[in-house]
Amino acid sequence: MNVTQLSAFVTNKPGHLQRVLKVLADENINIITLTIAETVDFGILRMIVNDPDKGYRVLKEQNITSSITDVLALEIDDTPGSLFNALDVFAQMNLNIEYMYAFTEKRDGKAVMIFRFEDVETAKKALIDKGYNIVRKIDIIGENK
Amino acid sequence: MFNREMESMPVNKMKELQLERLKWSVKHAYDNVPFYKKKFEAAGFHPDQFKSLDDMRRIPFLTKQDMRDSYPYGLFAVPLNKVVRVHASSGTTGNATVVGYTKNDVNVFAEVVARSLVSFGVSENDIIQIAFGYGLFTGGLGLHYGSEKLGALTVPMSGGNTPRQLMLMKDFGTSVLCSTPSYALNIADFIEKNMPDFKIESTKLRVGVFGAEPWTEGMRTEIERRLKIEAYDIYGLSEVIGPGVSAECSEKNGLHVFEDHFYVEIINPDTGEVLPEGEKGEIVYTSLTKEAFPGIRYRSRDITRLHHENCKCGRTLVKMDKVSGRSDDMLIIRGVNVFPSQIESVLMGFEGTEPHYQIVVDRKGSLDDIEVMVEVNEKVFSDEIKVMNNLSKNIADRFRSSLGISAKITLVEPQTIPRSEGKAVRVVDRRKI
Repeated sequence: MNVTQLSAFVTNKPGHLQRVLKVLADENINIITLTIAETVDFGILRMIVNDPDKGYRVLKEQNITSSITDVLALEIDDTPGSLFNALDVFAQMNLNIEYMYAFTEKRDGKAVMIFRFEDVETAKKALIDKGYNIVRKIDIIGENK
Repeated sequence: MFNREMESMPVNKMKELQLERLKWSVKHAYDNVPFYKKKFEAAGFHPDQFKSLDDMRRIPFLTKQDMRDSYPYGLFAVPLNKVVRVHASSGTTGNATVVGYTKNDVNVFAEVVARSLVSFGVSENDIIQIAFGYGLFTGGLGLHYGSEKLGALTVPMSGGNTPRQLMLMKDFGTSVLCSTPSYALNIADFIEKNMPDFKIESTKLRVGVFGAEPWTEGMRTEIERRLKIEAYDIYGLSEVIGPGVSAECSEKNGLHVFEDHFYVEIINPDTGEVLPEGEKGEIVYTSLTKEAFPGIRYRSRDITRLHHENCKCGRTLVKMDKVSGRSDDMLIIRGVNVFPSQIESVLMGFEGTEPHYQIVVDRKGSLDDIEVMVEVNEKVFSDEIKVMNNLSKNIADRFRSSLGISAKITLVEPQTIPRSEGKAVRVVDRRKI
């Protein structure tokens, strides 16, 4: 099963990001990694959390515009050129990466990158064919979530 | 023409007919509605003094507030057992305004709608899909009765449910669509987004009948291009009768008022003074034949202009300009008249962006700036910046093409636009002029 990303719409003004984080904190939701894409007026907060469905629900209850999307979590060697090689797979398949970000911690000595594609499945298949290890949802957030 | 005698009557003969009917209507209101009697007497006017059309200006105005204060039946001029139907406005800012119709009024209503349809080139051979809401709102039932009166095949679809609208359109062979102009744009958006294989050309759709909200020439062009139809404006207000007070003709350069049933004047909205023909101001209506709910000098707040011309369509009826907005909330931005209702229409064309928005007008140096803040809900939200930027860009483009203004679109979180008593504050004018 794919890794699920939780995204939220945040006005680019003091206090707004904090409000989202407070809702998640109050509900005991842990953020494993995150990134923010910002514009002048607003930002989009994208997170991998330990319980995305609950996170989505509690944000929604607080009238915070949010969504959940499937993303691709890829394990790559933490060595020069590894990311370059992975991207080469996408380039050859003509798959456009919408955006990407990294995990803060290594997993079994390897780096983990999150990729957002229009079509996750095609990208996934291309990587598996090349022998890459796709990180599953269960590997990140555990069972029963 | 549906009623050649009335629609092409020489102007002076029409004036005679109007005078005769006005005398009846004013007396009918005075005799049967205590509100009018009191109001006329307070103004020192008696129906017996009514001798010529010039005497109209001695009669006091009727306002929306008067109607609210008379909720629900206070302005009815016949006993309730003679009333066969009521319609009502939504009443978002107070009591709803309730209007009533006798059997005869329902007939007149159907007649003026049928005339409007013929004026758009529609005939009894057409299949008319009515996508106006059915219910207390006059749009659905008004068009429905008019369409039946004309003898066309009438499809009472009502509003919403776009996939079903399109399915019926295709399967039933709909040739005429009646809806709000913003809903027509919604349909076009829906096809583009969700049904790339649907070819509007493969339907029999040829005419669009649009009304119930102000819309611009820009919107007309866009609707005509995207739905491959001829789009016409039908105008009306429930306080007068509903849709069918006036309608465009093949010329599409104004709406002929059905003057044998409605008497129109243009006034200066600030002073109440009657303006000469051709000048722009607030249009005021007086019903000439209505039995259940006579309206004497009703201030519509709609801004337009009246003019007679030798119209190519052959109608001699006075023409009013397409209504651009209302006298109570007009904004002038860089010399362009803009009405919040128009901004609303533009936003309504984007699924998910209504209903909360705010317009902030400010002056930077010597130039006016308009910023439209739109609340982002889940329907339009995406985790991709490019999708969000496209949304702002598309809205801005639509403002430019429909209203001729460059607006900055700011996407904001839900619930951030201040609401007073539950209703959003639509316009913030920070200009100090």
